Formats: sequence, C-alpha cells, structure tokens
Amino acid sequence: MADKKDVWQGTLALMVLKTLQTLGPLHGYGIARRIEQISGDMLSLNYGTLYPALLKLEQEGSITSEWGVSENNRKAKFYRLTRAGRKQLEQEAREWEQTTSILARFLSPGEEQA
Amino acid sequence: MKTLRSMALRFAGLFRKERREQEFADEIESHLQMQVDDNVRAGMTPVEARRTALLKLGGIEQTKQAYRERGTVPFLETLRQDLHFAFRQFRKNPGFALTAIIILALGIGASTAIFSAVNPVIFRSLPYPNADRVMKLWEMRRGDLPMYVTYATYHGMRERSRSFEWLAVVKAWQPAMIGTREPERLEGERVSFDYFRVLSVEPALGRNFERADDRHKGPNVVILSDGLWRRRFGADPGIVGRQITLDDNLYTVLGVMPRSFENVVGGSAELWAPLQYDDSLPSDGREFGHHLQMIGRLRPHVSTHDAGNESRVMMQTLGQMYAKGYDSSGGAPKGMLVYPLQKDITRDVRPVLYAILGGVALVLLIACVNVTNLLLARGAQRRAEFAMRAAVGAGRARLLQQLVTESLLLALAGGAIGMLLAEAGVRILLALSPAELPRKELIHLDPAVFLFALMMTTLVGIFVGIIPAFYAWHTDPHTALQENSRTTSSSQQLTRRTLVVAEVAIALVLLVSAGLQLRSIRRLFAMPAGFDSSHLLTMQVQEYGKRFDDNKVRARFYERALGAVREVPGVEAAAFTSQLPLSGDSETNSLYFEACPNDKALGAYRYGVSPDYFTTMHIPLLRGRLLTENDRAEMPGAVVISESLANRLFPAGNALGQRVRMGPDIDRPDRPWQAIVGIVGDVKQESLATDDPAAFYTTPTQWAWVDPVQSLVVRTQGDPAPMATAIRRAIWSVDKDEPIVRVATLQNLVIASEAERRFALVLFEAFALAGLVLAATGIYGVLSGSVTERTREIGVRAALGASPANILSLFVGQGMKLTVVGAVIGILGALATSRALLTLLFSVSATDPVTYAGVTLLLAAVAAVACWIPARRAARVDPAITLRAE
Repeated sequence: MADKKDVWQGTLALMVLKTLQTLGPLHGYGIARRIEQISGDMLSLNYGTLYPALLKLEQEGSITSEWGVSENNRKAKFYRLTRAGRKQLEQEAREWEQTTSILARFLSPGEEQA
Repeated sequence: MKTLRSMALRFAGLFRKERREQEFADEIESHLQMQVDDNVRAGMTPVEARRTALLKLGGIEQTKQAYRERGTVPFLETLRQDLHFAFRQFRKNPGFALTAIIILALGIGASTAIFSAVNPVIFRSLPYPNADRVMKLWEMRRGDLPMYVTYATYHGMRERSRSFEWLAVVKAWQPAMIGTREPERLEGERVSFDYFRVLSVEPALGRNFERADDRHKGPNVVILSDGLWRRRFGADPGIVGRQITLDDNLYTVLGVMPRSFENVVGGSAELWAPLQYDDSLPSDGREFGHHLQMIGRLRPHVSTHDAGNESRVMMQTLGQMYAKGYDSSGGAPKGMLVYPLQKDITRDVRPVLYAILGGVALVLLIACVNVTNLLLARGAQRRAEFAMRAAVGAGRARLLQQLVTESLLLALAGGAIGMLLAEAGVRILLALSPAELPRKELIHLDPAVFLFALMMTTLVGIFVGIIPAFYAWHTDPHTALQENSRTTSSSQQLTRRTLVVAEVAIALVLLVSAGLQLRSIRRLFAMPAGFDSSHLLTMQVQEYGKRFDDNKVRARFYERALGAVREVPGVEAAAFTSQLPLSGDSETNSLYFEACPNDKALGAYRYGVSPDYFTTMHIPLLRGRLLTENDRAEMPGAVVISESLANRLFPAGNALGQRVRMGPDIDRPDRPWQAIVGIVGDVKQESLATDDPAAFYTTPTQWAWVDPVQSLVVRTQGDPAPMATAIRRAIWSVDKDEPIVRVATLQNLVIASEAERRFALVLFEAFALAGLVLAATGIYGVLSGSVTERTREIGVRAALGASPANILSLFVGQGMKLTVVGAVIGILGALATSRALLTLLFSVSATDPVTYAGVTLLLAAVAAVACWIPARRAARVDPAITLRAE
C-alpha cells in the first residue's frame, strides 16, 4: 500500500468529470472502479471519499443525478455531466495540462543550461 | 456564482434532513450491493464479499458523516445539535435553567431600568448648542447659601459683564385662559428679552423677543410653545401676529418655539412674555425683590471660575451703587454663585439618584456572583460528562462551542425577560418619581444601557460557563471518569463558599440601606404636621378678569365662593388660605415687632386666611383668640402667630397684645401697628423634615392686598376625594370663568411632599428584597450541592449512629457559618457606605443599631430557612440505600 498514492481532492473532481464525459451517465460505484482501473491501480481510493466529491459537484451544478437501474439490474443513482460541467472539464483540463507542462519543464534535467 | 449556489444548497440542506439521509443510505447500499456482486463473481463467499466491500468503502458511518458535512453547513449543523442538546439539558434540570434565567433577568432588568431613568437626568447634556457654557447664577446670602436674584443685579451685570455673552432673568407666570372649554390656568414664564439667546434657541415660527419688547409698560406680546400652539390653536400656521386673551388682556403672538425646545429652567412652561421691569430701578420697587432666576451664556474660553470671580466683584460694586434699593429687601447680597446649569438643576436630586445607582450596581453585582456560583456548581456536576465526551473524541473547540451555546441560550432568555422587566420598571419608576425630577420626559428604555447589561451578564455567563471544559482538558479523562462524579475539588468548594459570603455581605448592605430609609420615613410621617390631614380636600382657585382688579371685588368673590361651598352636602367646614402647608407653596414676609426694634427683617410664613381656617384644618388655639369675621379692613389689625415664633421672641410668654408691622414698606413710620391677638400650634409648611414653623396669619382684608390665588380647604364628613366635582361646580356657580387647579386630598399632598424619599425607599426596598432572595438562593445552592456530594458520608455517619438531628445541625451549622461571616463583612461594609445615604435619612443615624440588628436578624432567619431545606434532605438519607448505591 505504501507505494500507492492517495487521491488529491482537486484532482478527484477532475477525474470524475472526465470519467462521466468518456462513459456517459454512471453510478458512484462505476465511477470509483473506472478511476481505479485507469490509474492502473496506482491510486488508493477509499470509495467512500468519492461521495462528498460527487455531492460538491452536484451542488456546484456541474453534474446532476437521478435514480436508474444498473447493468446488473440493481437500483442505483446515476450521475450525468451538465453543460456547465462540460465547460468546467474543458477549462480545468486545460489548466491542468499547463501546470503539468510547466512543472515538467522545470523538473527535466539539463534545461537550465540551455 | 458556483460558490453562492452551493452555499444556498447547503443551507437548504439543513432542512428535510431525514429524506436526504435516507436517500444517501440507499445510494450507499446500492453501491455495496454492486461491489458484493462483483466480489462474489470473483469467487468470494458472500460474507467475505461484504466485508471487503465495506473495507474498500471506508466504513458506512464515516462516509455518511463526510457526506453530511459536505451536505450542510457543519458549524450550523453542530449549533443545531448543541441547541437541541442544551434544551434537553434544561428540560432535564429546569430548576437550574429557571433560576439562572430569573437571576439574569432581574439583574439585567433592574439595572437597565435604573440606568435608563438616571442617565438623561444626570449625565445627558442639556439640549442647547454649547450647553456647557450655560450657567445658573444666584445671589449669595448669609451662610454662603444661594438665593433668587434681583432685577437690579441682572441689569447691572448685563451692562458690565465681560465673562457672559448673554444674561437673562426669568420668573414663573401663570396666566389664565378661558375659551369654549373649562377655564385653564397655563404655566408660563416672564423672561427678559435675552432669555432664548442664552439658550441659543430661536422660535420656529415668527420672531424672538427684542429689547424693545422688554421695556417698562411695553406692549403685551407672547411666544408660545409648540405644545400649546397645537393644543389650543390647532397648530394654526397664521398664528403669528394674532391676538389672544390671557388674564382678560390681549396679547400679540410673536412666535412659536420649535417642537424640540426643552425648557429646562421652569420645566412645564408653555408660553413666555417679556418681564418689562423698570430700567430706572426705583429703590422701593419690585426691581429689588429677590424673586428672579438668572441664567447666562459664557463667552467662549471663559471658565466658570473666572466668571464667578468677576460676578462677585461686580456684585460689590452694585451693592454700593444701589445701597438704598438693596436695603429695602434685606441688604446687598454678599456675592454671586455661578454653577453650570446642568449641575444646578440636578443638585437636589443628585444625592438620591447616586444612592439609587449605587444600590442597583450592588444588585447587578450580586446577580453576577449568583450566576457564577450557579454555573460553577453546575459545571462541577458535569465534569464527568465532559471527561466522557473528551474521552470519546470531542475536540476542545467542540466542547467549548457546546458550553458557549448553553450559556448564550441562558443569557438570551434572561435578556429577553430582562427587557420586559426593564420596560415595566421604567414605567413604574416614572409613576413613582418625584415631581421635582428634572427632564423626566426624556426617560425611556435606553437600548444602549440594555445592551451593556446584557453583555455584562453574558460575558460572565460565558466565562464561567466554559470552566467545565477546562477541567475536562486538564484532567486525565481516565481519572476523571473514575472519580466519583458527584464530588468536587476542595478549591472549587472554597471558591463557591467565598462567593456565597460575598452575596450575603452585599445583601446585608442593601438591607441596611433600605432599613435606615424605612425607619426614616416612618419617623417622618410620625412627625406632627400641625393639622389633621384626614377628610380634607383642597383646590387652588384663581381669579380671572379685570373686574377683579379691585381688592374689594376680589374679596367678595372669595367670600361668596366659600358660602356656595358650605352649601354642598357633606361639607363640614371650608376656608381659604393664601398658601397651603406641604403643597410646595412657600411665601415668607417680613415682621417688625415694636418690642424688638433691632430685628427689622424678621421673616416668617405669611398666611392670608378666612377666619374659619384654623377650625377647618384643626389647628389648635393655644392662647388668646382666633381671627373672626369682624377682623375687616376698617377694624384694628389683628394678627395670629405660631407658637414657636411667640416662644422665640417672647420667651417670657407675653406675646399676646404685642404690636407689630408687617409686609412691604415695613419701615414707613406712618404704617399702622397691628396687635397679636392669638397664638396657634405650629404647622409644617415646606416639609415634615424641616423645622420652619415661624408663621403669622391675618384675614385677607387686613393684609396689603387680597391674594389673587387662594387655596380652598374643605373638611368633609366622608371620603373627600369624590366631592371634588360638586365643590368645583359650587365655585363655578358663583363665577364660571375662574380656573381651578391642584385638586387633591391633603393626605395625598402630605405624602407627595416626601415623594423623593419615598421614591428612593421603594427602590431600595426592591433592591434589598432582590439581594435577600439572591443570597438565600446562593446559600441554598451551595448547601444543596454539598448534601448531594456528601450523601455517602452522611450514610456512613447515619450507619455509625448519628441521629437525623445531628446531621441536620451539621448542615445548618455549615450554612449559618457562611451567613455569619458574610453578615459581619456586610455590617462593616454598611458602616462604611451608609453615610452616602445621609441626605435621605431623617432623625435616624447612619449607624442606627436597631436597624443593623433588625436586618441582620431578618437575614439570619431567611438564611436559616435556606439552610434547613437541604439539611432536612440530608437528615432523611437512608444509610442502607446510599451505601448500596456506591
């Protein structure tokens, strides 16, 4: 467990939004599984922490939810991206890319001599 | 926008909680089911599958908690919980909550009411521009005492003074006004033209007085108050320039004062006319009579002290210049006294009000001490509870928040009830307050004062309320939990006992103050007034109209009115007098006895009375004869004097038959001598407390004038009050235009004459009662707590053979020990402070042993009851039950 990374709150929201954009409407369990799979099991995610994040996104109007039936015929609450959520995803993804590229340049060796 | 939207949703989340919680529980359950399905598919047993799923989720309750915190506002959510909990606590222990709330309400209510009443009277500055420059000036008589100012002094100072920008003089004026309604006597003032300039207030309508208005035999002009203008003239905007009839004369209205104008000098005046004295200052005229009040406005940067010095020097100059004039009224004044007006108008009431402020401060203090004690006791009982909370993980902030919530809840409840008490208190105070209290109309519930009192008690509450939280932090939860939850540390016990001692001491000081005043007033009302006030009705009658300018016509009116009153059924006797005892009337005049040529300006109360006055009032005749119908203008003058005047001048007892000259122009050798024909008992004129009964009586027609205002006194067979209407009608049957005022029973007048003392007494009685109850509560609380804590010990004692009587005396003794210590400290405190009450005391010393002993006994008796109740509980402890309970 020691080498698994805890999920950083801000990025969790971004991951949720991206998941919903890729897979369409999905329930909490599905989102959690998806995040774990994509990260290649590098992240240790307490599934429970996902729900406050979902609630926050819903309060902010980025996603909405409604009850539905899962692929295994279980009753589940499905989350769906809203128009505002899509915009938020685009913007945050862009910002994230900028941040990482800046950091990457900083951290790559030899750059400063150039 | 996003944050706003989510905040709104979170606040909304505070409501409809159950549904949302249920929905989330469903969501979690479906989440778990899906994972369990997956796990089973991966080959786990159903039990293992569920366990793993729960682990992966991180616990259902933790998830729910995290979700809840995000779903609502955590602070408000815990506040809601705390309030809920606090209410439950209070419901479980209503005695504590009720006591605390009542104490807080009493403290807040009493202090708010008193400060609200005292603040505008003593501390609020006068409602004039640069009010600190407005001074009151008095001439100084023997003994450095103030006396009214003469017009000559005003005139001289106005021309010479450099310290004062403006100076003005004013005297009371009571013109009558008739109209469609009953004749009305108005309260007004005759003022020098610069009166409103001293106050720096201009009329809102029309113009101010000019110098030309204020000349001898000048025009009849008048300025109205806003109130009179609205009441009698319907706020007519065209009033300026119109003529109105006052005392049968036409007056032109010059202006109307602004609504906000407050007439501090002479309070209730509603109209003003110029004084119109003679600037040539005839030496035998009213210009040298000491009957004017003088005010002045200092120039900027002139001190009161410098103005006083300048005025004294000027007074000497004037005394020499007008020696003859001043001699006609008792000689030139010795100097001038100058005080700020603010101080001057409150001089008489200030000692009373300060004493009351001191009293209420003590009540507030005792309330704070009591609340402290109560919360300490409560905190001690709850230490185990807080140790438990800390042990199961409540953080410091969380514990604090809960305690502060509880304290605030108490304070708010106490504050709300206190507000109601204060509101009622202010009304009661106004109803009780003596008529002389200046600026009464400004008294109302003061929100700033209320907030202050609320904050004081709340801060105390919060500070004391959080003590249990500190104990919870500083003691190891383990030992705190193990410790018997009902014992308290000895240091805390000591604190609480000290506080009880303090309460008892303060209560005793209040009791002594109230007791001294109570005894004073008892002695005061036991003083003989010199007449029998029961079954006496009085009213003041004023003649109105030019037809009464003739003394004979005036005398005839009063005689006929008296005849009509005697016809009213139920009237036993009736008489008129120029001044009435204990009514606020005060007229002295000069006497000059042939036998005492050196004592020319001897002053005594002067009464012009109809012959039946003595029999109506039940004033006893001691020697000689009373006045009769035969003592008329054309007959030889007859004078009746009071016993103490007779004894003072003629100790040998030879007063009867002595010859005397009276009143104005006493020096003129052509004035006839009159003879002393009788000596009557002394009558108190100003106050029951003062020894001032030197008096002389003549019939109205044998005095220099027939008084235009006279008081009717009627002795009735039954209750005098209901007869007022019939008697008034009888007087109006003689002449319907005569104003009648001051209708009262003599008994009420006598009581009202001591209104100031009674006002202070009633308040101190209330304070003392509050102090007594609070101190008793304190003793009861500490002892009751002690009994609870020592139940086990009591059980052991009882098991070892202590009788219930032994245990009873053990606890009563413990409580009484505190009482005795408190009482001793209180007595010392009272001895040190009761001198502040001296002005309120009458023939009782501030260290009166009877009072001290009496109130100490009272306190001891109440304390004994407060001890006995918990002690009886201790005596009834059943050892078998208590010992098993441990």
